[in-house]
Amino acid sequence: MSDFTPPQGLPSKGKPSRLVRLWTRLRTINMGRSAVITIPSLWLGIFFFIPFLVVFKISLSESAIAIPPYTAMFAWNPEDAYLTIKASFSNYLFLFQNDFYLDAYLSSIRIAAVSTFFTLIIGFPIAYMIARSKPTMRTLLLSLVILPFWTSFLLRVYAWIALLKKNGVINEFLMSSGLIDHPLIMLQTNFSVYLGIVYTYLPFMILPLYTTLEKMDITLLEASEDLGAKPYQTFFLVTLPLAVPGIVAGCLLVFIPAVGEFVIPSLLGGSNTLMIGRVLWDEFFLNRDWPMASAVAIVMLVLLVGPIMFMRSRSKREEV
Amino acid sequence: MERRSWFLKSSALFGFIFLYAPIISLIIYSFNASKLVTVWGGWSLKWYSSLFQNDEIMTAAVLSFKIATISATLAAILGTMAGFVLSRMGSFRGKTMLGGWVTAPLVMPDVITGLSLLLLFVAMESIFGWPAGRGEVTIIIAHTTFCLAYVAVVVQSRLSSMDETLEEAAMDLGAKPGVLFFLITLPLIAPAIISGWLLSFTLSLDDLVIASFVSGPGNSTLPMVIFSKVRLGVTPEVNALATLMILAVSVAVIAAIVIMRRQTKFQSP
Repeated sequence: MSDFTPPQGLPSKGKPSRLVRLWTRLRTINMGRSAVITIPSLWLGIFFFIPFLVVFKISLSESAIAIPPYTAMFAWNPEDAYLTIKASFSNYLFLFQNDFYLDAYLSSIRIAAVSTFFTLIIGFPIAYMIARSKPTMRTLLLSLVILPFWTSFLLRVYAWIALLKKNGVINEFLMSSGLIDHPLIMLQTNFSVYLGIVYTYLPFMILPLYTTLEKMDITLLEASEDLGAKPYQTFFLVTLPLAVPGIVAGCLLVFIPAVGEFVIPSLLGGSNTLMIGRVLWDEFFLNRDWPMASAVAIVMLVLLVGPIMFMRSRSKREEV
Repeated sequence: MERRSWFLKSSALFGFIFLYAPIISLIIYSFNASKLVTVWGGWSLKWYSSLFQNDEIMTAAVLSFKIATISATLAAILGTMAGFVLSRMGSFRGKTMLGGWVTAPLVMPDVITGLSLLLLFVAMESIFGWPAGRGEVTIIIAHTTFCLAYVAVVVQSRLSSMDETLEEAAMDLGAKPGVLFFLITLPLIAPAIISGWLLSFTLSLDDLVIASFVSGPGNSTLPMVIFSKVRLGVTPEVNALATLMILAVSVAVIAAIVIMRRQTKFQSP
């Protein structure tokens, strides 16, 4: 091996070779790359993911008069060097044995589902009309849909109180026009909660619907009409099936947050409007029972993980 | 055909009335001289002057604007990084997980996010001694976390709809990754980052539930003050405040639309 010659590019004399320079450059790229990946991942890991583990841990402890108001899970006894782990499922047992909580979950799901359905019924014609209007008109109409979404959610819910009250705008109008004799009771009912959810979440339904409807090939509709389909047949056999991705995306965007809604039932709902977000709030702020509130949150999370994963897988498929 | 478009137009018109009627009635009644909502006492600006004299609302408004500015800026930086990582960095370990962490906060009910962050802060305080107590800092962290997700989604969709030829050309011409990002990619996604920032700002300004969980005593944000007033019934001062906020947002959104339109006109040949 006496005639061994170093391959070209390996460091020979003082000046670093091209390969070395490339290596150092690659290393800095990798460092920059991993920094850009790590920083947001670390932030979300600490402030979005780990909190769920903390909630789960505290849901297994018991309420106590202390600061913070729950019993410790790990106790370290320095004398005999024993680590005691105390976990109790009593909160979950209480939750599943008590009709109150089950009713709250079921009624939240029902209210969210009914509201989602009405959001779809109201949102679809709007999205369809925007998708079929002239391009200049389209931007204007789309901005009109988005504008309320940018204004305060809390204030938009609040605006309905003045409209729905017993002596509110709607009742005064109906009474003065002679349509009704006695004011309708609309506020503090389940009706006003449905209305509030439909109203505030409508843009979340319209936008994904619009995106799908706008991409739809209009020649398919013409073909269907040419082949003799009646308008309603075209709608149910062509338009609707093609709009399914938008419908699913819109429904998930409305349904999932609506299940845990707190502001709408507490401002527009009555004392008998049972929603789980409100139960969690009261458990935490009124009863100061942090472990119970945590257990309520964990069960809600388990209910919603399915729909959230489904939404995620669909959005990923669309990216591809 | 004629009848169907008539049906569509009227139902869409109904939809738009539904969207705007509450907002318009709120604005009109903010100028009502009478304290009663339904009695019209003539035009007046007195609720505006009493709004500006209300120290509780004004202090909360200043705090909310400060929190919204800081969290929107942090969220814009971190969210741009997350969106960029997810759409331009190929595959890496934990990509699916990061993708999930970016999507989930968008639909996560506020009560869960608020409770879980509060319990995290309490646990962190007892283990590391930080954050000492709760207030501005904890609200900023909480708002940054959920706004980050919105920015990431906006940036990601902008990046995936943008073709990569400009970036490839810069790379072929020897631009280093950092130079490539700051000179080519960043200017191209700037509109998305700006709209992400604005969205974060309004979301932070609007959040009641998460802030209620993670704030400490004496740190009431504007939505918390509004909520405590509104729970007791309709207050004309809140109508005046709402009108001012709606006005500000409308001006900002219209300006943003005009700027975006000019940009797209400039970009398309």
